[in-house]
Amino acid sequence: MIDIQLKDVPLSTEECNQLVASAGAGGTVVFVGTVRDQTKGKKVVRLEFEAYKPMAISEMRKIAEAAKEKWSAHKIAIHHRVGILDIGAIAVIIAVATPHRKAAFEACEYAIDTLKETVPIWKKEIFEDGEVWVAAHP
Amino acid sequence: MDIEILAFGIAKDIVKGSTFSVQIPAESTVGSLKSHLCATYPEFERLASFAIAVNEAYQLDDFAISEGDEVVIIPPVSGG
Repeated sequence: MIDIQLKDVPLSTEECNQLVASAGAGGTVVFVGTVRDQTKGKKVVRLEFEAYKPMAISEMRKIAEAAKEKWSAHKIAIHHRVGILDIGAIAVIIAVATPHRKAAFEACEYAIDTLKETVPIWKKEIFEDGEVWVAAHP
Repeated sequence: MDIEILAFGIAKDIVKGSTFSVQIPAESTVGSLKSHLCATYPEFERLASFAIAVNEAYQLDDFAISEGDEVVIIPPVSGG
């Protein structure tokens, strides 16, 4: 089971946890990415996420399929936010249920690392005195 | 041919809009489109990277673009 969602409303860790619940799974790892209050010492006011939605969903699905295959995951949920997020809000949740715990940790780490490299989602950091698209410039 | 292009993130700021159209030769590729974009908007060369997606998938420089394709500029992604 793979569940991919791109949402403009708050994400739920409980929902993701329940989505991947599986009798055959001995371990579930849930990664929760949240909005940090500063970047390199500079106070962040909020983040704005935007996505090229159809491709973001298909790229997240590719990641889930690859992780499921490589680590024999029973179930994977990847939920990502778009829109305006305040400090502490959840930007992404990745839940992976596998037969044994080690695979769940590895699959989850692979999923978040790959998401950050390939999924067409962009975040803008809003500071008190300006704003910047994250990672745009070297 | 005229190609309609979608822009996201910083690309939207560079081209000053979320869609725009470019006129390119009939046998254009992703590579030639990128050169055209960099010539028109030098700011693209200053990005850490930029990719082109055609019909919702990343394509390399040798990929041929056809009329009616959905072409999207993908500046460095920063999800998560």
